[in-house]
Amino acid sequence: MNAPDLTTAVGELTLAGPVMAASGCGGTGRELEPFTDLSSLGALVTRSVTLDARAGTRPPRAVETPSGLVVDTGLQGPGLQGFLATELPWLAQRKVRTVVSIAGENLGEWAELARRVALSPGVAAVEVNLSWPPGSTASRDSFAAEKIVAAVRRDIPRGVVLLAKVAADPHTVVDVSRAVLKAGAEAVVVGHGPAALALDPGTLRPVLGGDAGRLGGPAVNPVALRCVWDLHEALPDVPLVGGGGVRSGLDALVMLAAGASAVQVGSALLHDPGAVRRITEELSAQLEQRGIARVADLVGSAHRSTSETGDTP
Amino acid sequence: MTATDRGPVQVLGEVLSNKRTGGYHHLTLVAPGVAERFRPGTVVALAVGGELSDRLLRRSIAIYRARATGAYKSTVELVLAPREPGEAWLASLAPGAVVDVVGPLGRPYALPTEPVPCTLVGSGLDAAPLFSLADRLKDRGCPVHMVLAGRSDQEVFGALDAKRAAKTVVVVTEDGSVGIRGEVAAVLPEVLRRSGSDVVYAAGPGHLLHEVAAVAEQHGAWSQTAVGTGLVCATGSCLTCVVPVVGEDGISRMVRACTEGPVFRGDRVRWGDLGTVPADAWGAPHTAEGDS
Repeated sequence: MNAPDLTTAVGELTLAGPVMAASGCGGTGRELEPFTDLSSLGALVTRSVTLDARAGTRPPRAVETPSGLVVDTGLQGPGLQGFLATELPWLAQRKVRTVVSIAGENLGEWAELARRVALSPGVAAVEVNLSWPPGSTASRDSFAAEKIVAAVRRDIPRGVVLLAKVAADPHTVVDVSRAVLKAGAEAVVVGHGPAALALDPGTLRPVLGGDAGRLGGPAVNPVALRCVWDLHEALPDVPLVGGGGVRSGLDALVMLAAGASAVQVGSALLHDPGAVRRITEELSAQLEQRGIARVADLVGSAHRSTSETGDTP
Repeated sequence: MTATDRGPVQVLGEVLSNKRTGGYHHLTLVAPGVAERFRPGTVVALAVGGELSDRLLRRSIAIYRARATGAYKSTVELVLAPREPGEAWLASLAPGAVVDVVGPLGRPYALPTEPVPCTLVGSGLDAAPLFSLADRLKDRGCPVHMVLAGRSDQEVFGALDAKRAAKTVVVVTEDGSVGIRGEVAAVLPEVLRRSGSDVVYAAGPGHLLHEVAAVAEQHGAWSQTAVGTGLVCATGSCLTCVVPVVGEDGISRMVRACTEGPVFRGDRVRWGDLGTVPADAWGAPHTAEGDS
């Protein structure tokens, strides 16, 4: 059999491979370059760009927990102007498929971020980070999410794909996804990990400088998988991107079978800076082994009877 | 080497030997490509726990020594203490065990262009990278002096090694079990005066680096300090290991210890503000927004 066809599409966003680097975990792209041919990325999702430069949260910002980490960086970054001047052109020059994650503090900021990012060359898609600002409930509140996505949609030309990243919470994900789709999002990204806490065993005080954080890593994988599964059941025609603790080709395969058209790799990149390339290779081997010719044939196949997906291993 | 050849590599390293030295473990890894790119002060980031491990984060360890031309081609030597389960796993590895290695990472110690006297200050096992630094300095004709510190004789690393590596060695312990009883800040001014050092290199906890930087400043010497701040990805992606550092332009920024460091000019780090985001740092929240 020929090498499997890894191309996939998230709505209008076509990707050479189904494995993307999730926001924040691929840095600016420069940090991954020594370890990965950046063209092997399905796409790089940038760190969430805020309108103004941000110094971020008081350290420590991350702590290892069982099968994952609790993290809060407070979106440290150079702000929109710095991003457009330095980070985006670097990616564009290398022809990295780039999805720009944006994070606004209010509807005015969301609109301005959307307009200025979407007009910049080298942007394949915009991902709306609905978990921002801290304390916002938009990633699991359909009313708030719809308002933000509508504000962003108005300022994004057709041709730039709009993705909405929602909380990986099986209790809210379907409602919130319906809302963001109604407001004009073309695909749903699953998703932000749950709020989490780690206490220092010695001092019994929060480890992180910002006290609380968000859980990421393999610990959240089954929860994210459930979200993708439920979304595909409820909204079978909606393109989904599945993220949450994906660390192997098999994890990616499972996420795609549950209904995702692409996967995002986050914390695995902190463990293995070559993770996207490795997971892509492992996925390709899995497809070949199972006699699945195209990624597109795999998407959502777990919802159909096994006879349609070829031999089970 | 081209620019990309100088960047870090990711390789499966094989344990060549693992020996106890005092309270520490001395691990030698065959890690092709790492030693060739090594410069003193750089680190390796090791995956821990093996294939079935649920430990996500790499352990960053400063390289003690590297040899690119030995019988096993490219080896790196590390010194570690089993302070937590990941380090305990590394300390337990038998020869032949395989570890995923990323490195060398970070900015190394800057070397003087002239053969000037240098003093190297290290506390506990943080002192390990100073020994390969001493070798490089001596290659450049720099007279090398060392100050090694620890709470007790068990904690001081490399005192015997230092006698070979340096012209003079001062050992300082808190409990006086070996060397001078007291603190580095008390002995360093005399060492700098006697040696006429133009550069002070240091590795250790933040408070020690702060003292060394201050003493160097008073003495009119440059200081090069290696911080360790709980590196998570160690490659620059995750923005968790940040420290407040004053730039050339006088503006303070939260910069990555793993990428812009671990070695910084001692006079540029805002030692008193370590572990915080200073209110005047670039991008710090305005007071009206509170400290959220």
